[in-house]
Amino acid sequence: MPLYPSAAREFRAGLLALAPLLVGVMPFGMIYGTLALSQGLSPAAALAMSSILFAGSAQFLFCQLFGAGTPALITVTEVGLLNLRHALYSAALAPRIAHLPRRWKLVLAYLLTDEAYAAIARHEASAEPGGPHRHWFYLGAGLALWSGWQLSTAAGVLLGARLPTDWPLDFALPLTFIAIVVPLICDWTMLAVALISGLVALLAAGLPFKLGLLAAALTGMALGWYGAGAAK
Amino acid sequence: MSIWLLILACGVTTFVIRLSFIAAEGKVAFPPGFRRLLPFVPVATLSALVAPELLMPQGTLWLAWDNSRLLAGLMAIVLAATTRSVLWTLVGGFIVLAIASA
Repeated sequence: MPLYPSAAREFRAGLLALAPLLVGVMPFGMIYGTLALSQGLSPAAALAMSSILFAGSAQFLFCQLFGAGTPALITVTEVGLLNLRHALYSAALAPRIAHLPRRWKLVLAYLLTDEAYAAIARHEASAEPGGPHRHWFYLGAGLALWSGWQLSTAAGVLLGARLPTDWPLDFALPLTFIAIVVPLICDWTMLAVALISGLVALLAAGLPFKLGLLAAALTGMALGWYGAGAAK
Repeated sequence: MSIWLLILACGVTTFVIRLSFIAAEGKVAFPPGFRRLLPFVPVATLSALVAPELLMPQGTLWLAWDNSRLLAGLMAIVLAATTRSVLWTLVGGFIVLAIASA
């Protein structure tokens, strides 16, 4: 009887931990595929972006910005800011995988997403302490999301305009984000950050090239940074 | 800039962000101010994405009980806070959306 779960068991647990999140991710992947084509991306570019960028909300933003003829520098800045939250996931995962060889670190960094991190954080909070094979759990969760995302975006690209437009599939992503954000709101500072970011996003929604999103996220971060300093 | 270069630039930027702390662990110390900022980044960016989806589903502010996306979003917030389950949040949100927009 081994003391810790085997690599295969960890991997399978990672796949299973991520599976419920695919319910929200896969409809959104299909919507992304259709949106990309409607904004003038080629099917090849739309599919390649799912592997190269591998970030649902950022890919969605990219398509909207591309369709609006946004300058390249603004696009890269906004995508970078939108994905800056992954630095937090990177910081959380870093000490847990510090002992692994470089190839593992590169692969796990590539597979690091909101959903994978959410599955990992919940597992770490509830499961027995990580054994020597815990990185297989991370790989399982990451690969489950990666596969679901590639399949669903390919389905979206293939089906394209044949997807029924009266299905509100696009709403799956905001709901998934609500499911990820709400449990993160653990104190008043965090609640204030959520409310102010949302409010600024509404007020600045009229700005061109989605710059309102940039303004809202920066305002929220600044407020949190200030609040965390004041709380000390 | 060609679209391929643009996709590559966004992809490299994102990968560098994801790799940042993993690669730097034990080698480079990030400034404490940046570490203090980190916990707020997901909440700030995701809230900024979600708010217009609920309150401006058609591009202008729609703060009323017949806004089905707002109702569905509120239900999702309640479910996320009480169950902490992604699945229940999605299911509840979509059920309310279906009922409210029927």
